[in-house]
Amino acid sequence: MDSKGAQLSATEAGRPASTLPFTQPILHAKGLVKTYGKVVGLDGVDLELYQGEVLAIIGDNGAGKSTLIKCLTGAEIPDGGEIFLNGRRTNFKRPQDAKQFGIETVYQGLAVSPALDIASNLYLGRELRKPGIAGSVFRIMDTKRMRQNTKAELDRLGITTLQDVTVAIENLSGGQRQAVAVARAAAFGSKVVVLDEPTAALGVRESKQVLDLIRRLRDEGIPVILVSHNMPNVFEVADRIHIQRLGKRAAVITPQSHTMTEAVAIMTGASAA
Amino acid sequence: MSDTSTPPVQAKTEGGPVDLATEFLDRSTPLSRIRNLLHRYPALSPAIVLIIAVTVFGIISPRFFYVNNLSLITQQVAVVGTLAIAQTLVILTAGIDLSVGAIMVLSSMVVAQTASQNHVPAVLALLLGLVVGLAAGALNGILVTRLKLPPFIVTLGTLNIFLAVTLLYSNSASVIGQNIPDLITSTGATFKVGGVGITYGVVAMLVLYIIMAFIMSRTAWGRHVYAVGDDKESARLAGISVNRVLLSVYVAAGAILAIGAWIQIGRADAASPNAGNDLNLDSITAVVIGGTSLFGGRGTIWGSLLGALIVGVFRNGLALAGLDVLYQTLAVGILIIVAVSLDQWIRKVRN
Repeated sequence: MDSKGAQLSATEAGRPASTLPFTQPILHAKGLVKTYGKVVGLDGVDLELYQGEVLAIIGDNGAGKSTLIKCLTGAEIPDGGEIFLNGRRTNFKRPQDAKQFGIETVYQGLAVSPALDIASNLYLGRELRKPGIAGSVFRIMDTKRMRQNTKAELDRLGITTLQDVTVAIENLSGGQRQAVAVARAAAFGSKVVVLDEPTAALGVRESKQVLDLIRRLRDEGIPVILVSHNMPNVFEVADRIHIQRLGKRAAVITPQSHTMTEAVAIMTGASAA
Repeated sequence: MSDTSTPPVQAKTEGGPVDLATEFLDRSTPLSRIRNLLHRYPALSPAIVLIIAVTVFGIISPRFFYVNNLSLITQQVAVVGTLAIAQTLVILTAGIDLSVGAIMVLSSMVVAQTASQNHVPAVLALLLGLVVGLAAGALNGILVTRLKLPPFIVTLGTLNIFLAVTLLYSNSASVIGQNIPDLITSTGATFKVGGVGITYGVVAMLVLYIIMAFIMSRTAWGRHVYAVGDDKESARLAGISVNRVLLSVYVAAGAILAIGAWIQIGRADAASPNAGNDLNLDSITAVVIGGTSLFGGRGTIWGSLLGALIVGVFRNGLALAGLDVLYQTLAVGILIIVAVSLDQWIRKVRN
């Protein structure tokens, strides 16, 4: 297995003892296989995600990054292999199933509604209703409580650039929109947050804000899977790096064990792990 | 105005994060501030237009403010105003319903015919009209969600279908008020408020506005309608059943149109199979002038009432000023173009 990578990250990343990845993985995939006709998307991929870590997934185009996270989040059903969440076998048929188990995904296209405000977006599809008859019979939303909770959630995640939760998403910058999307994924007691290319459309300063947010999530105890093409970002924030190549896991490294050039070499097949 | 558009600027520590509001305001010009204000309150521009129109027409013709005239305007607006509620729901989902007038007329003919010729009790006849409205709305909704056809084409088709069914069913004949039970024509009866005669139909329309405005702003369903119109894919990813929301919108529109049918019978003191020909497009006019975006997700229910009132006030005011009907049509056409241009400009806030 990847004990080399795990030990390296434990000793060299210098994180608190409670988050050492020797314990049971939160999310554990074994031998995932996914084929599209004759094209092999995933060819027996393993993945372990531990409490309190940022696991980056990198790989060339067509290496199976997207297929892998789609299988983990219920957007695709793997043809073979098993997925365990906290040691219990899961069987996701739809994204909704994974959501129910606390796996939240921030999609690349940013699944936020531009015209709705920040609080409405955070609670979209799971609005709170007022207590008593007002909520149960007349189905009136508890807008005040949703706004208060949204503020609290943004504070918890250290998102200080969003002061007014009644501002519409379309009035926000790209980085702020991404922050809202991440906050929504992290809210509601989620166990795992999956981010697909969260800095792809952002400038340097905004990318940094999102990376800070990812660290904050990890420090709050929520493990993060980060899919990214951006090597400097990955090396800045990841605890461990899962390298996909040709539908297989080529290696698991850490920013300390390998340099960026070495990682790219593994990614492209120029050198073995 | 500039005061209201200035969000409270938070005190910030040195070297701390830059506050969104300050950063945002640094870049804003008076014009972009107005745009942001209009963006935040879509009903603001129609409200301003209505106030100006009322003032101008009041100055041009003193008769404009006569109580009888004001009463007339409200009655003229009652039916199209009701249909505009249904149209607003559909347009908020980025759809369009060309069949609202046809559904209303079909419903009104069923109510009048069953009550007058089949001697069905008035209440039951009205319920039958409601069922027709619900069924017609459901048909639109099923075609849009199941067959994935564009709402424009679906409702263009059902517009013709409903019109033909109405003419077949009624033998192209109207039913006059005398043959219709009083309960059904009661929406045309008047009572006085401060000298202004108000019909029960106008009251029904206003009650419908209050209920629907409340539902749209205070319930999760209302928010989901906005979310679906705003961005279908992100609504789906947030766990909203997009098709269920769309279907429910068309069905709700059908119910509102059935109430519109009741108001129409009272207003005309008759049920005519040709009553709805202009109402399909007039309802769209009211919604668009009322600040609701044809691209979906932006607008308010109240804006559509303002839109209907603007059209009513323009028609009435221009007629009082002695201008030909032709100029009323011209004015409404210009209003539509201005309203849509304004919407395009406001939407540029979205970077």
